Amino acid sequence: MTINKKKDGGSLVIALEGRLDTTTSPELEKVIKEETEDVNDIRFDMEGLEYISSAGLRVLLAAQKLMNKKGGMVITGCNDDILEIFDMTGFTDILTIE
Amino acid sequence: MYELNVAAAVEKLNDVIAFLEEIMEKHDVPMKVCLQMQVAVEEIFVNIAHYSYPSGAGSVRIEADIPEDGGSITIRFIDQGVPYDPLQKKDPDITLSADDRPIGGLGIFMVKKSMNDVTYEYKDNSNILTIRKCF
Repeated sequence: MTINKKKDGGSLVIALEGRLDTTTSPELEKVIKEETEDVNDIRFDMEGLEYISSAGLRVLLAAQKLMNKKGGMVITGCNDDILEIFDMTGFTDILTIE
Repeated sequence: MYELNVAAAVEKLNDVIAFLEEIMEKHDVPMKVCLQMQVAVEEIFVNIAHYSYPSGAGSVRIEADIPEDGGSITIRFIDQGVPYDPLQKKDPDITLSADDRPIGGLGIFMVKKSMNDVTYEYKDNSNILTIRKCF
């Protein structure tokens, strides 16, 4: 998986490419932990994301819980397969998907 | 029938997925089903890797079967770890708000939701978990 991050003031954009699975999710968890201290909104660009498993969902839920306290979080560019996984797990209701 | 014997370790996940992808490609399994199978196989394999052998290393045998004329794929996971039926685990409440939802517990739930059949049995000192998806 490739993680591209761009910070502009209190806004963080994280673009994900590839597979967010058991092996790669800890990398994203680390980026979120390291980069969010002075951030009040995160935008995840998932246009290049091909695959997500429950390990990836864990990291997104933890990020959503964190950002509920700090400001906001938005997810963009998901393909239909990933949207279906968000639907199946009730994540469509707890994430802000654009 | 295809089979793979692999250490029950998260580091082997990529080998397991590669084994599965090669079979599915060979049998022209539809793209969408391929993704659902990858998720299901990851969730089950990682579960076994995390919990089956608390005292040390162990292995898993993974068997895959697709009938000659296609239409379904069956994967069976066989390990000699502690007896554990993951299907007994209570489904998560997916209607809770983000703040109220516990982190985790979605893996087996996704397997149950996306497969046509999921069965567990304990036989000959082995956990045998079988998933089947029609297409």
